[in-house]
Order: sequence, then C-alpha cells, then structure tokens
Amino acid sequence: MATREVISTGNELAAIAAVDAGCEFFGGYPLTPSSEVMHVISDLLPKVGGVAIQMEDEIAGICAVIGASMSGKRALTATSGPGISLKAENLGLAQMAEVPLVCVNVMRGGPSTGLPTRVSQGDVAQAKNPSHGDYKSITLCAGNLAECYTETVRAFNLADRFMQPVFVLLDETLGHMHGKADIPTAEEVKAGIVPRKRFDGPAEEYFPYGVAQDEPAVLNPMFEGYRYHFTGLHHDKNGFPTEEINTCKALIERLFNKVEAHEDELESYEEFMMDDAEVMIVAYGSVSLSAKEAIRHLREDGIKAGLFRPITLWPSPEQAIRKWTNKIDKVLCVELNIGQYHDEIQRASGRLDIAELFKVNGRPISPYEIVNKVKEL
Amino acid sequence: MAFNYDQYLRLEKMPTLWCWGCGDGVILKAFIRAVDKLGIKKDDMCVVSGIGCSGRFSSYVDFNTVHTTHGRTIAYATGIKLANPDKHVVCVAGDGDSLAIGGNHTIHGCRRNIDITFIIINNFIYGLTNSQTSPTTPKGMWTVTQKVGNIDPTFDTCDLMIAAGASFVARENVTAPKKLEKLFVQALEHKGFAVVEALSNCHINLGRKNKMVSAMENLDWIDSITVSKKKYDTLSPEEQLNLLPTGILKQDTEADEYCDMYAEIQKVHQGERSKITQDDFEKKI
Repeated sequence: MATREVISTGNELAAIAAVDAGCEFFGGYPLTPSSEVMHVISDLLPKVGGVAIQMEDEIAGICAVIGASMSGKRALTATSGPGISLKAENLGLAQMAEVPLVCVNVMRGGPSTGLPTRVSQGDVAQAKNPSHGDYKSITLCAGNLAECYTETVRAFNLADRFMQPVFVLLDETLGHMHGKADIPTAEEVKAGIVPRKRFDGPAEEYFPYGVAQDEPAVLNPMFEGYRYHFTGLHHDKNGFPTEEINTCKALIERLFNKVEAHEDELESYEEFMMDDAEVMIVAYGSVSLSAKEAIRHLREDGIKAGLFRPITLWPSPEQAIRKWTNKIDKVLCVELNIGQYHDEIQRASGRLDIAELFKVNGRPISPYEIVNKVKEL
Repeated sequence: MAFNYDQYLRLEKMPTLWCWGCGDGVILKAFIRAVDKLGIKKDDMCVVSGIGCSGRFSSYVDFNTVHTTHGRTIAYATGIKLANPDKHVVCVAGDGDSLAIGGNHTIHGCRRNIDITFIIINNFIYGLTNSQTSPTTPKGMWTVTQKVGNIDPTFDTCDLMIAAGASFVARENVTAPKKLEKLFVQALEHKGFAVVEALSNCHINLGRKNKMVSAMENLDWIDSITVSKKKYDTLSPEEQLNLLPTGILKQDTEADEYCDMYAEIQKVHQGERSKITQDDFEKKI
C-alpha cells in the first residue's frame, strides 16, 4: 500500500481522512476537545466544492448532516460526549431511516460537562446505544495517530455499506496528540471508496426499504426521479408510515440483522505479543499505547504479557475475545472509565474474573500503573 | 375546469389523518396550486416536515419528502439545501414544532437567510397530542395543561421572523385560500428565507373547549383577529392591539442569500478570488 508520512494531530487527521474519503458535507458545533476537526475541515471542504457549516447547536449539526446524506452526499459531524447526548434523538432517526453518516467522537471526561479538556473513554457504552429503541451500532476506535485517519476512512465505507451512522471514537489524548504518522495516500483511499448501492431500474419498481432481511435499505439520492419518503416512524418498503404488525417487526429485526449477519465485514482488532502471552491485557484507544509500553517493560522483567486491542468496539470481536480468554488465565481490562468495555469482555468471554484497571480522573493511565497492576495479578 | 390535484398527491395515502374541517387540507391544496403555477418539477422539490398534524404533510405530496424529528425541519432542510443549492426546499411545521421545540433552528434559519420556504401552520394549540399550550395559544384560552386559562404570553410569529432576519415574511388565513396560494407563489419565487404563517383552525382540540365547537366558529374567530396589512397600517396602536396583519409583511430582495455567500467562500478556497472582506457586504453594524 502506498503511504505518506505526515506530522499532524488526531483531530486534523480525522478531518483530512474524511475529505480524502469523499466527504462533501460537514455540519457541527464547537465542542472541546473535538473542535479542531471542524476548524480543519472548514478549510478543506470548500476547496473541493463541499460545504462545512457551523450550525446553531449540536442537534442542528447532526440534522444538517442527515439532510445532506439523504441527498446522496457523504457527510461528517464531530463532537464529544455532551454533543452525542444532544444528537441522540436524531442519530436514532438516522438508524431508523437508514441514513449513513460518520460521527467522530473525541471523548472527554463526563458525565455532564465533566472534564472538557481531559481524556476519558466514558462514551463507549453510549456509542452502543446513544438513542432510544433497538438497533445495532457500529463503533470504531482509533488506537494511534495513523488510525485516526484510517478508521475515519473505513467508517465512511462502512456507513455506506450498512446504511447507518458509524462512530469513530478518538479520545482527548489522541485528538490532540501531535506526531508522526504513516497514512495511505489520498489516491489509495480514493481507489478504495465503495459508494453506496443504488437502484437504476424504473421508479415504479423501486422499493427503498424492500430488501432482504440481512441487507440495508437502498436509498437513491434525492432529486433523481425516485421520489420516496424518509421518516423516523415505523415504515413500509416505500418508506411510508405504517403500524402493520408484521412490517414493524420485520423492520426492526432487519435493522439488527443487517449488521449481525455481516459482523465478519466489521471485525477488526490487533494482537500485540499475544502468541506466547500468559497475561492478556485488553485496552483500546490511547490507553493501548500505554499498554504496549507496559508490555515491553513486563517482558524485560520476564512476565509474558500481550495486548488484545479491539478496533471495532461495536459489534465486539466476540470470537477473538473468547478464543484468547479461553486460553489465558490472567486477563486485565484497562480503561479510562469504570468498566464500560470490561462488561463486554466478561459477557463475550463468559468469565466473571476479568481483572480491572480503571481511571476516571481525566488523567491518562501510565505504563507503570499497568505494570504494577499486572504484577499484582 | 377545476384544478386536478391528483398528479401531486400520493393518492394511496388518502384520506389524510386530519380531522374533518381541518384547515391543513386547504393549505396543502393552496401549496400544490402554487407549485403547479410555477411549473416546478416534482423531482426538483423537497418537502420537509416535523412532528404534529403538520408533520404528515410531507407524506401526502409526491415530491422528495422527509418526515423529521420534532422541531428540526429547518436544520434538516439546511443540510439538504446546502448540498443541493439549485433545488427547491420547503419546510412545513406547526406552531409548536417551529416556535417551541424548534424555535432555535427557526430563528437561525431566518438569520442565515438561506433559500428555504417555511410554511408555519399556526392553529394556536398542540393539536395532534391533544390540546397542550403552544407558544401562540392566546392568553385566557383553555388548554389541557392550563385548564383555568392560559397565562403564557404569545409569540407574534411574523414579528419574530422579521426580527430574526427572514427576508420574506407573510401571513394569511385558511379562509382566504386564493390569497394563501398567491403568497406561496411569491414565497417560492423569493430567493432567501421565506416564511408564510398560515393561520388555521383546530376546532377539535382548541375550539371544543373554547366556545368554537365547529370549524366555522373557529374560522370566524381567526377572521376576527386578523386584518389586512393595508388596513392594519391605518389603525391606531390601540386598535392594532390583539389584531394580526395579513399579507406580505416583509420582502427584501436585496439581502444576501446563504448558499450564494457560501459559493463565494468556495471560490476563495479554490483560489478564484482573494478573501472575503467587510466591503463585500453592506456595513450593518
């Protein structure tokens, strides 16, 4: 793969990635620590004929993005936890009406206003179910600077593939980290774009939501002769509101199933020094950087530790988690929250003895804290 | 020959869920006639609605249609319009949708002066959800949340829109469907944020408990609180009190439209001109 070396920040890389991936619209609202995504993309999008708009609030930001996406454009919003809380209802509409979009969440301390300028991973559970109702969220989590770029690119392709919002989780540390990264060239990314499916037959044979039970809706862009209806209500194959029992049931089951039946397309994780590992550390996001450093120290001290790093957080890499947790006795989950993914590791592994190292004071977890914790196990 | 609405309607969705005698149907028909008069192609039109009785407006008309969340029509429409500046984008919302939960988006749509036509159907009450107080419910009227009489002061929709910067603002009653149609034509032709407040009846959920049990009684009351702008301007301030002027209340064809301004931003970034300065605009501060 052709790569280029850049010196940049996580937030900036997410913005550049979006534009390289064919994003043509950004709608957002200033929200620390994500604002630099908006700052950067406000310069990049008009250059390529796209639009970046600072809306009146977080809600308007996501609504404008959904509107632009309905008309066929790849669209991005960026925010942090408080912004997701505000966007939640309309993220639900995008799930229900199957409107693809990418939402970058640069996590900060919560709940509420929390610790605006400090790091956290407190939005992991929120990313799974930001809105009311049943659906299956897709959430990717960057673990280093390069992934702030590559996961944003992947998010755009997955959004169009599965026709729903895709979250990219960064955290304050990664968002503001300034450093060197090897990322694919723009041409490489462009060549890898998988555009959303469209229907080319006659309009009277077009049923945007009339698809197989494991497939997403096929939504043609507006203004091209296929006049249909978007709604957040339960709807029929044409998109019109209905309360018919079987249609309602099939719709929600399909929203679930379209993701569940194709989890292999979503699965992504890293195994670092796992082959001979006797201690398994589970960490993601910026915490995984500390974990890798800790593992190097532990190995110097003769402790064979390895890292399992989920990159797609939701749906979780269940089989891989089970494989390793069946094999390794000592498993430690390290997170900047009180066990939001620890729960998932316990669920996926079927074990209730997963050790924990949590931190919620807005400070990063240092490699030494992990080293000490592992030595206690 | 009578106007044939069929080609603009999704006939399989008829009858509407609106009550007998509801003014929403009058507004729907006036809007369709206006679109037809202008010869706008159905594919070039997007109608966005929110939640409430007015929310169903979009599902009945055969355009590109979007039924959004409560209060967010303008925000959705802003994204659609900016992504498709050459298309017609129309929002339809009720008084609760546009002025309560969606008030923020409404005033910022006005401020940006983005080229969207906004039809606000004001029936002075939350109709669909059964008679809760809206920002336009007159003081003293019965609502299900204020049964001894509403104490909340009201918004004057059009005054608010004018103050917020909309470049076209008009008001009309559903009792004057021809005038309403003409205002819709003018609003659709206007480049910029165009608001038409259509005063409508809800004899079921407003009238029933406020001595207007029939559609006609409710409509008579609306007629009694409105007067043409021409006549309104001749009245003394005391006489103007509690009256709403109808017709075009503001029409500014010079105001900068948002998509046009954004196109200039794109030119700057694409190196086709140098940066935008204050000299590009009338100095308003």
